[in-house]
Amino acid sequence: MLEIGLIFRALMRNKIGALLIALQIALTLAIMVNAIFMIQDRNVQMSRPSGLDESNTFYLTNTVFGENYNLQAALQTDLQKLRNMDGIDNAIQINAVPLSDGGWSMGLAREPGEDKNSVGTAIYMVDEHGIDTLGVNLIAGQNFTQQDIAWRGAQDTKWPPKAIVTKALATSLFPDDWQSAVGKTVFISKDQPMQIIGIVEQLQAPWNGWSGVERSTLVPSQLESKSAKYFIRTEAGRRDEMMAAVEKFLSESDKQRIIRQVMTVEDTRKQSYQQHIATNKILTTVIITLTMITAFGIVGLAIFSINRRTKQIGTRRALGATQWQIMRYFMVENFMISAVGVTIGAIGAIALNYWLVNTFQIDPISIDLIIYGVIALFIVGQLAVFYPAKRASLISPATATRTT
Amino acid sequence: MFSYYIKIALISIKRNWGLSSLMILAIALGIGATMTTVTVNYLMSADPIPHKSDQLYYVRLDSWDPNNPYNEGISPPAQMTYIDATNLLKAKKAYRQNLSSQAFGVIEPPNPDDLPLFVFGRANSSDFFAMFDVPFLFGSPWDENSDLSKEQVIVLSKQTNDRLFGGENSVGKTLRFESKVFKVVGVLDHYDPKPRYFDISTGAFDDPADFYVPFSLIAEQAVRRSGNTNCWKTFGDGFEAFLASECIWIAFWVELQNQDQVEAYQTFLDAYANEQKNFGRFPRPIDNRLTNVTDYMEEREVVADDARMMMAMSFMFLVVCLLNTVGLLLAKFIGKAPEIGLRQALGASRSTLFLQYIIESGCIGLAGGLLGLLFAYLGLQSVETLYGSYMQGLATLDFNMVVFAMVLALVSTVIAGIYPTWRACRIQPARQLKCQ
Repeated sequence: MLEIGLIFRALMRNKIGALLIALQIALTLAIMVNAIFMIQDRNVQMSRPSGLDESNTFYLTNTVFGENYNLQAALQTDLQKLRNMDGIDNAIQINAVPLSDGGWSMGLAREPGEDKNSVGTAIYMVDEHGIDTLGVNLIAGQNFTQQDIAWRGAQDTKWPPKAIVTKALATSLFPDDWQSAVGKTVFISKDQPMQIIGIVEQLQAPWNGWSGVERSTLVPSQLESKSAKYFIRTEAGRRDEMMAAVEKFLSESDKQRIIRQVMTVEDTRKQSYQQHIATNKILTTVIITLTMITAFGIVGLAIFSINRRTKQIGTRRALGATQWQIMRYFMVENFMISAVGVTIGAIGAIALNYWLVNTFQIDPISIDLIIYGVIALFIVGQLAVFYPAKRASLISPATATRTT
Repeated sequence: MFSYYIKIALISIKRNWGLSSLMILAIALGIGATMTTVTVNYLMSADPIPHKSDQLYYVRLDSWDPNNPYNEGISPPAQMTYIDATNLLKAKKAYRQNLSSQAFGVIEPPNPDDLPLFVFGRANSSDFFAMFDVPFLFGSPWDENSDLSKEQVIVLSKQTNDRLFGGENSVGKTLRFESKVFKVVGVLDHYDPKPRYFDISTGAFDDPADFYVPFSLIAEQAVRRSGNTNCWKTFGDGFEAFLASECIWIAFWVELQNQDQVEAYQTFLDAYANEQKNFGRFPRPIDNRLTNVTDYMEEREVVADDARMMMAMSFMFLVVCLLNTVGLLLAKFIGKAPEIGLRQALGASRSTLFLQYIIESGCIGLAGGLLGLLFAYLGLQSVETLYGSYMQGLATLDFNMVVFAMVLALVSTVIAGIYPTWRACRIQPARQLKCQ
């Protein structure tokens, strides 16, 4: 490739134009790579399973406003009727729903006392149907029995003596061997003992942005509350039909309450990650537009420089250069500009990432991604310059003989 | 002369319409993206009550755990205990004071066949309305006596009044709320400050309240409370025990009219905390803070990280678009070398030429800015749809932003035009004329 030196010298005669393109490529690379990285980061977060049987579950809030209302009796009747309904697998009362952003958290410690280190966990209050209704997997120990279930008044602060924890929580409490957690006693609310009787594989907390999102605890309590959630699991494929049926049945069976916020777990997931989804869409748009602008910039400047050199190109053709050689000239030129651009861009990408890491607490970028970005921009550059180069190659050798 | 330059500029833009429209499009995209993110940031961090933000102070007391400092000791607890909030209210040492918490309940319709209404609102002191300049459509706030005597009075939002009373003046009417009879004393006009600065513990951009009731009704358990509650010390069963506990769940604001009052109030707070130490409370070193509205919004970082990150990215995006413009302008002006040479030979001075080509850049900038505003409008629309209720009311262009967009477009294109123009004006007329 003897031309390289030649092209380089020609480029140096119009440094600024080439430098502008190189800088555009550099910034595009820096922004693109970081944006893709942030998209990937969000995608990883969004793809974590909640542990629930998401496609066949929904929940609702039951708010009682009548006075002298027998909460215990009403709950028992409701759950019994729901469980017997055709199309419903199981139903429970629960205090919070994973990913719904509203819930209850406590600290669990291995020793009692005011100043002991504790591990934060989400609390879900369920009965012996909890594991089946949520659709979580019990991987060690056992489920609650009917005798374990106790009523909890709205202002009670006493905790039941048994609990089931997630594998992630067991690992945080007993880092050496999570399986050894079964049968151990831990302390909630500083000094109240609780025995771990079982471990479930996975169940996320209500807050998706929390670092302890995988740490949850099931406790055998039923809330005696004027506002509680019912969580319902239907037979496969019958969720939407049952949602309407359950809402109708509950609101008509008792006029002293409101049934509200009837919602599927799938919609809850969408709502929970709405900002993530939105940010990803915006970042994708930014990447596409940015790449397009840079590509158009390359096209514009290439066409301009070809127009200026029409006569030169004609002369080269007249002296025996093939169409391919003319095209190659512009493609190589673009390749050289791109090379400068991506070199600056790779450094820029790392610098931008460094700033993002420090300002917004995100993870450092991987080198692979920068390499893919570099390759992508080389391809974009070559594609953008292809049309102008093709046009240049079609310039007739006769142009050389014309004046101006 | 100026209008003549503009005429020439327009002719030139039209002649190279391909290159010109590419430039206008690039600037428009850059301006559109920047304006979209700047607007969201600007509205998120806007001073919600500009004429009073330096007179309203959020009060925080460090009554927290001696072993585990709240927020790693960087700042005192974000909310206040019931004991402290009611003590400070009773002391009345500030010009005005307000304690508040989120509340909710069910309004039963007059007609039993209609569906009951589930409403979210606030329980606060009578001073709240005057402190935060809440606009009234009908009636007025309840007075301090209603607070003290725990009267069942209620102020409705415009929306709730529309739903319950069809928008007519409902002052003096009664309604059944939480199975009790409440008297409507006032109806608000539209009130939805963004950020909802008087309580950001439950989401600074949440929907506005449906109703307002005296705070004292919470202790009576006449209305139910909700919102964030944080506790560090165990306490007994029952609501009385909860009220007497060290749990924090109340937002406490004071209005202080000048610096003397601020200092006096700070002294009072410190003395209060010291006095509480005698009862075995406030086990940590004294750390009581008075923070005004804007400082507090800043400290709590109301502007979301996502929004700031996007703004940084969109500014870089604008830089790419401008680099593009510089390149294209350069191409265009150098292409005009023969024309420039001719004009110079006919006696045009360099400054005249410079002015003329800068004006041409400016025209392109203005056109890009106008198109950019359209893009920003579309961008904000999609931000609103994508983010849902979180961004409701935050995605609108106001007059300031429109002016900012046009100035940004004009200034940045003119700056982008300086180098190409300078290059174009350096052309040697003799050489250009020779080859013609």
